[in-house]
Amino acid sequence: MDMEQVLQVFLAEARDLLEAMENGLLCLEATPDDEEAINAVFRAAHTIKGSAGLFGLDEIVAFTHVVENVLDRVRDREVTMDNDLAALLLRCRDHITRLLDMAEEGVRPDAETQAMGAELHAALQLYLAADAAPAGGVAVVAEPPLSQEPGAGGPVASDTWHISLRFGADVLRNGMDPLSFLRYLNHLGEVVYVTTLFDGLPPATQMEPESCYLGFEIELRSDADKESIANVFEFVQDDCLIRILPPHSRLGELIALLHELPESDHKVGELLVQSGALTRRELEQALALQQVSVGEQGARIGEILVEQGAVHHEVVNAALEKQRQGRDSKGRENCFIRIQADKLDQLINLVGELVTLGDGVNLHAQRLEDELLFESASVLTRLVSDIRDSALVLRMVPIGETFNRFRRVVRDVGQELQKDIALVINGAETELDKSVIEKIGDPLMHLLRNAMDHGIEAAEARRAQGKPGGGTVSLNAYHDSGSIVIEVADDGAGINTGRVRAKALERGLIQADQPLTQQEICNLVFEPGFSTAEQVTNLSGRGVGMDVVRRNIEALRGTVTMQSGEGAGTTARIRLPLTLAIIDAFQMGIGDSSYVVPLEAVVECVELDEPMRHEAHGNDYIQLRDDVLPLLRLRDIFAIRGKQPSLEYVVVVQFGNRRAGLVVDRLFGEFQAVIKPVAKLFGTLRGIGGTTILGSGEVALILDVAALVQRITVRDAAARAPVLAVQRAVSAG
Amino acid sequence: MTIYTAAALKERMQSLFATCQGIDLDLAAVTEFDSAGLQLLLLAKREATDAGKELRLLNHSHAVLEVLELCNLAAYFGDPVVLTPSRETSRNIGS
Repeated sequence: MDMEQVLQVFLAEARDLLEAMENGLLCLEATPDDEEAINAVFRAAHTIKGSAGLFGLDEIVAFTHVVENVLDRVRDREVTMDNDLAALLLRCRDHITRLLDMAEEGVRPDAETQAMGAELHAALQLYLAADAAPAGGVAVVAEPPLSQEPGAGGPVASDTWHISLRFGADVLRNGMDPLSFLRYLNHLGEVVYVTTLFDGLPPATQMEPESCYLGFEIELRSDADKESIANVFEFVQDDCLIRILPPHSRLGELIALLHELPESDHKVGELLVQSGALTRRELEQALALQQVSVGEQGARIGEILVEQGAVHHEVVNAALEKQRQGRDSKGRENCFIRIQADKLDQLINLVGELVTLGDGVNLHAQRLEDELLFESASVLTRLVSDIRDSALVLRMVPIGETFNRFRRVVRDVGQELQKDIALVINGAETELDKSVIEKIGDPLMHLLRNAMDHGIEAAEARRAQGKPGGGTVSLNAYHDSGSIVIEVADDGAGINTGRVRAKALERGLIQADQPLTQQEICNLVFEPGFSTAEQVTNLSGRGVGMDVVRRNIEALRGTVTMQSGEGAGTTARIRLPLTLAIIDAFQMGIGDSSYVVPLEAVVECVELDEPMRHEAHGNDYIQLRDDVLPLLRLRDIFAIRGKQPSLEYVVVVQFGNRRAGLVVDRLFGEFQAVIKPVAKLFGTLRGIGGTTILGSGEVALILDVAALVQRITVRDAAARAPVLAVQRAVSAG
Repeated sequence: MTIYTAAALKERMQSLFATCQGIDLDLAAVTEFDSAGLQLLLLAKREATDAGKELRLLNHSHAVLEVLELCNLAAYFGDPVVLTPSRETSRNIGS
């Protein structure tokens, strides 16, 4: 595995940790003595420092070390957490992010960044007071790389490296976990065998749980050169004993190694006796350990012991055998796999093809009237639909992560606007297609800023209206009939419809006599070039943005609406499809062509027989039970020629809380549709959401229910306008 | 079982060791397991063996198994490492 790839994993993990750190710090701003949050922040800093050390990212280690020291003092109650400290730590967290970005680009921090680091360090020092630790911590990482011990024989690829590790007592306290080095070695090559040495463990009464007493003997098969292996341990080299023997080192060299390091890198037997801390009996116990945990490497140590007359050959061999059996039976178990997004996309594409093909098979089976084939085909269809669902679930991510990122935004913007604003998050566990989540961040950010800037009033104004001085914005997410709904709500002043109307008129967006509902006026804010802000701030209010928000959301096949009551706050409601790739669809026919709507949008189908048609004749409504249902004649809308059949059907579709009836010739029923985007040329067509390939190979158009329902609204408005004009004419006359 | 909890756990284990003859450690709830945690288990095993008591590790969680596998220590502890408990297990530390 190459270093670059491992670094990417580290960067991704570090960013996750930084996010956790940010969330913790924001928590601490609100409740400074939240012990859990302090621990979470400390852990994040601690882990980032530790793993950055593995990659030799000295700037990050040096900087984070001081942050960690301060946090440690907070944990020990030597320093009290307050808003100032939390704010300072947030800035430190941003600085670490910047350092990470630079590490990713492979550039050294520039002068500005270094100055920033120094400034933050200076501020942190105030909290460390007489603590001398930071200087020491910085000095440690500035040491040159491990000097290599003189030639122990040239490396020969056919054998394994031998690595002897004895960790210093303070390794754990310094934020290193010896196990992570072992794990990391697996990236560098194949760890053939590990012997864990813990003979340094003092008796229980003297053992300090936070000191490290571990040592490892490792056999590593790797093509890496000595320096790369040594670099793995760069960060602990100062307080640990590390000896790396190149491949092909034989018993003689191993023994030479022991002699070379007489002070502490002793092999089991010698160490035990010499240190004097252990008795003969404990030595026997250690030997027993060797008997059960011996492999190729152990065999060599075993040989040494045999030479010294401590262990018998047979015992070693038996243990070796037993050990191997135990090893083979267990596999490594991981709970999570990181997968490249494009691999997943490829899978989804393939599943899409499979769905189309499955429909084709089903169709032929029906035509052939071969019962067995038909049965197989229906099982196949069911399996394919299961595969489709599981494949799509792979791409679903909870939206909470995106929401949480806005905590910081709300805090910063609130400070900038000098408003006290809290963020409330609901439905963080709601899942959404990853590709949608990636694209929804910017629109959400804009809506949120808009809500804070224009929605929430200044504290005095709020109190004057009997509201609490602090405002609240909330992010809500929930599933609703096949869509996901995301709301950005505030408890601010609400939209002043009179002002919006006046502005829209001024900008020529509406006609003076255009009748508009409250709802329609609110949605005018999404029109291009619209802005009512009397004071243009650098956050929002330049009149660019809200229309971009709508465009971005429509590009995701979604819609956005504004709902507001004067003085009662504003809610921007985004409605998005759950997935972008494959849907359950309902197929209808008009003339020779097929049309498709998403199945979730279909409420029911009714016959439009002669009497009903007669009733509907001349107007575009029918009475369906107790409700009036507006009709859309697809034959007229798409200008389809051919004779109108005597019996037509109405497919009742629903979008949001509006219903409409689509008049069609035939009903074909449900199937799975793989959505293919409409070619650019037809991109401006309203009412068409995409295309799909039917089992027969024909192309069918997918109707955009939202746009069709919208069409009715427009038609209604148009129908109302002349009436008004007439009324006015009458009153004028 | 990590560096963050090691000190408290050690005390708890020591007090249990003083009073018990055989010890069963249920590891099912161990979600994080680092070097400090490993040291504690090693210490417990050694102390138990020295005192002629029996230490049994039960219900190893994934985190524990991963480390034991990494360090090649499963055989040292000598406990069966099945994930689905097949025998009666005690839910608490101690017996």
